[in-house]
Amino acid sequence: MHRFANPAQFNRLADRILPWAKFVLAASLLYGLYLAFLGSPPDRQQGESVRIMYVHVPAAWMAMFCYMVVAGASFTEIVWRHPLALLAGKAAAPIGATFTALALITGALWGKPTWGTYWQWDGRMTSVLVLFFLYLGYMAIWRSMDEEDKAGRAASILALVGVINIPIIKFSVEWWNTLHQPASVLRLDGPTIDSSMLWPLLLMALAFKAYFVIVFLYRMKLEINRRKLTVLRMSQVNRR
Amino acid sequence: MTASSFGIFTGLVKRDIRLAWSQGGTGTMALSFFLIAVTLFPFGVGPEPKILARIAPGVIWVVALLACLISLDRLYQADFEDGSLDDLALSPLGLSGVALAKICAHWVSTVLPLVVASPLLGLLMNLPAEAYGTMVFSLLLGTPALSLIGSMGAALTVSVRRGGVLLSLLVLPLYVPTLIFAVGAVDASANMVDPAQPLALLGAASLLALVVGPFASAQALRLALE
Repeated sequence: MHRFANPAQFNRLADRILPWAKFVLAASLLYGLYLAFLGSPPDRQQGESVRIMYVHVPAAWMAMFCYMVVAGASFTEIVWRHPLALLAGKAAAPIGATFTALALITGALWGKPTWGTYWQWDGRMTSVLVLFFLYLGYMAIWRSMDEEDKAGRAASILALVGVINIPIIKFSVEWWNTLHQPASVLRLDGPTIDSSMLWPLLLMALAFKAYFVIVFLYRMKLEINRRKLTVLRMSQVNRR
Repeated sequence: MTASSFGIFTGLVKRDIRLAWSQGGTGTMALSFFLIAVTLFPFGVGPEPKILARIAPGVIWVVALLACLISLDRLYQADFEDGSLDDLALSPLGLSGVALAKICAHWVSTVLPLVVASPLLGLLMNLPAEAYGTMVFSLLLGTPALSLIGSMGAALTVSVRRGGVLLSLLVLPLYVPTLIFAVGAVDASANMVDPAQPLALLGAASLLALVVGPFASAQALRLALE
């Protein structure tokens, strides 16, 4: 793993991955959107609004995935002090927060015609909202201190504690919900998903993943270059 | 734990309790906040006894949680600023032990008075008579988790100026399970249902916080002291 600790090596690797990721994004997004909007039938019960699912479900998957990336990077940072792990967490968190917000917003838009309400204190929605707050906390602590590395390591501790807490939050809010509203109308898992709907969903998920890889790598490169610039400036000041 | 480090531990706990209840300490402030904030609710939602009885467990628990939160931001900060934390870090307790001692002191000095005052507020909020026992017990069982999780947030923000707002942003999402289990237990008692299950989960949340809290607090403090 420490092979990629060298920023130059990382940059080379990123440059090799990026064109492929862009190709995958373009292909899967175009075909996925075509299938989602034109190539798939409207749902028998949800009608046309089922098409929101093709954005909503991949966004929710990515929200979880990005948190695992942040947590994995935090663990690597705390245990091995890997120089790039800190930057990886910083790069992934805003993307994850955006996907979480997207999942919440599209869920609300889908909920209005389907359930008749934008928001319900359902277990799953509540735990995703808490996940969003955890992202906000992680990003806020990054900005709170003058010394960046220190702030990053503090944020890493928070991210790891959050990881322990996520299953508990998920479990507790679902338990909490069933106490108050037994057998509610919420049914995210339709009986069986037909292949005409599964394909656009999987393609969109692939497109979202490729998008994450692209933005993540660019943000990592940006961060590395920004640090290089700071070091260069410092050395120039010292020479004078 | 050897005899000497136990002495240091109790000494530290006693010192912090005395500080919390001295001039400008957090003990009285948190208690006053608890009393005043709960009495705002009848003004806000109207004084109908039925509504108050329905929301009483949640209101009392949420306000207790906030009172605990506002007392947390100075948990380590004063010692960090005047350098005593550097001294404490070298004590045979280790930073985890120091964190645990300060958490114990915080709970005894600031949170325990809230628990003692809670039946009075139950009276003001028209809490059903069956729920008093469970409410006090759930507070005793659940509030240690608040101090333990909060200590982590306080340690993470120890070097941040005006860290109080940031502290609440970090800690409140982590408080959600404790709140849910605790209010679930009190609600169950108010509705004549056996509260054993939510109480067991509440105890589990506190035990888990006991495992993670001092350790993570020590890590965060070490970071600040570097």
